[in-house]
Amino acid sequence: MSSVRVLVGTRKGAFILTADGKRDEWTIDGPFFGGWEIYHIKGSPADPNRIYASQTSGWFGQVIQRSDDGGKTWEPVSNRFEYDGVPGTHQWYDGTQHPWGFTRVWHLEPSLTDPDTVYAGVEDAALFRSTDGGQSWHELSGLRSDSSGHLWQPGAGGMCLHTILLDPERPGRIFVAISAAGAFRSDDGGETWRPINRGLRSEYIPDPEAEVGHCVHRIALHPSHPQVLFMQKHWDVMRSDDAGESWYEVSGNLPSDFGFPIAVHAHEPETVYVVPIKSDQEHFPPEGKLRVYRSRTGGHQWEPLTNGLPQRDCYVNVLREAMAVDALDPCGIYFGTTGGQVYMSADAGDTWQPIVRDLPAVLSVEVQTLP
Amino acid sequence: MIRVVLPPHLRIMARVNGEVVLEVEGAVTLRSVLDALEVAYPVLRGTIRDQATQRRRPFLRFFACQQDLSHQPPDDPLPDAVATGTEPLVILAAIAGG
Repeated sequence: MSSVRVLVGTRKGAFILTADGKRDEWTIDGPFFGGWEIYHIKGSPADPNRIYASQTSGWFGQVIQRSDDGGKTWEPVSNRFEYDGVPGTHQWYDGTQHPWGFTRVWHLEPSLTDPDTVYAGVEDAALFRSTDGGQSWHELSGLRSDSSGHLWQPGAGGMCLHTILLDPERPGRIFVAISAAGAFRSDDGGETWRPINRGLRSEYIPDPEAEVGHCVHRIALHPSHPQVLFMQKHWDVMRSDDAGESWYEVSGNLPSDFGFPIAVHAHEPETVYVVPIKSDQEHFPPEGKLRVYRSRTGGHQWEPLTNGLPQRDCYVNVLREAMAVDALDPCGIYFGTTGGQVYMSADAGDTWQPIVRDLPAVLSVEVQTLP
Repeated sequence: MIRVVLPPHLRIMARVNGEVVLEVEGAVTLRSVLDALEVAYPVLRGTIRDQATQRRRPFLRFFACQQDLSHQPPDDPLPDAVATGTEPLVILAAIAGG
């Protein structure tokens, strides 16, 4: 029988939640790396026992951990992230230029085909790649030099490269997203890049339709239709049907189109999930009701999913890395909250239950579907 | 023999209990002690000082013999009591909590 392994990064360590394919009884392992912030933890699609974790701390900096046995044991690998050449400067909050400096790894994206190849999205925003299982890291610096890096500026959470999507149909195509710069695409394995932000409109920047400067919170795609992208922007839920060449808004009837995560159903490329948040000033659900919204029409029409979720006095947030789906049928949907709950639905969102209620604030959730 | 006290998180990383004992060739300075520490425990590279700039991480402090040595130049000699192993060099995670 299939099983699922949910990899949870929190403010104070990592947790691994496992269940068989019925997904009704869960085992909680952890904390791993107790006391450290685990920004992201993700397994290799090519070898599910290979898992990478970003372990970080304001005191001790960055550590990258690697497991080769499905998360039972871990070994630190290289934490040396050096920008290529002279890093230069980017925009600072006050409009001055600020030196580029490494702070942490936000996102680790293992290759679809090679367990030893993994991409790292970092703050200050840049993309690194390792081809030796994390023993060494090299910046794909074309992203910063080709894409007007000096115009990027930090969002409230820092200037982070938080989304990396690898196109399963075109091996050289990579999408990334940066707060607050926007979305970018490479078609040659990360060597050269260009912004893909046409159609985005952001009232909080001087030119609302600028080529870069947009605070993109998350992008998602379905592996069978990788030219279709869904985006949760700072405000607005957006869609592209042409691999990011142009975007249009699909917020429709959402109670708020502000939010952080966005995810696509594992078997239905037009079924999309978001978690509306009241506003950029009030990072909690509207009306104190924790609602996932599902569109079965690729956007525009959204329905609230509330069964099993708190519908009063709920003021948690769901961060951009904290939502994922499994590949079982029916598709399982998972998300973690800043209140430490990890909720799951084994029926594509119709009903929800907490797997665990009292973890530290959840930073990231990833799911592995195991044979 | 040089004695070094690591903060608890780094003891876990290095898989050591209690103090770390190091042999340092030549002058005993912050740089030479940290160099020896990182050779003995490569996992600590980057956790105490930045790997590129060699600068101390801002929230860590170096104490010894009731003195804060955090701001002294890295090639200045450490107190004799540290160099002889009478007193440990304490690496402290300042601003505790969080």
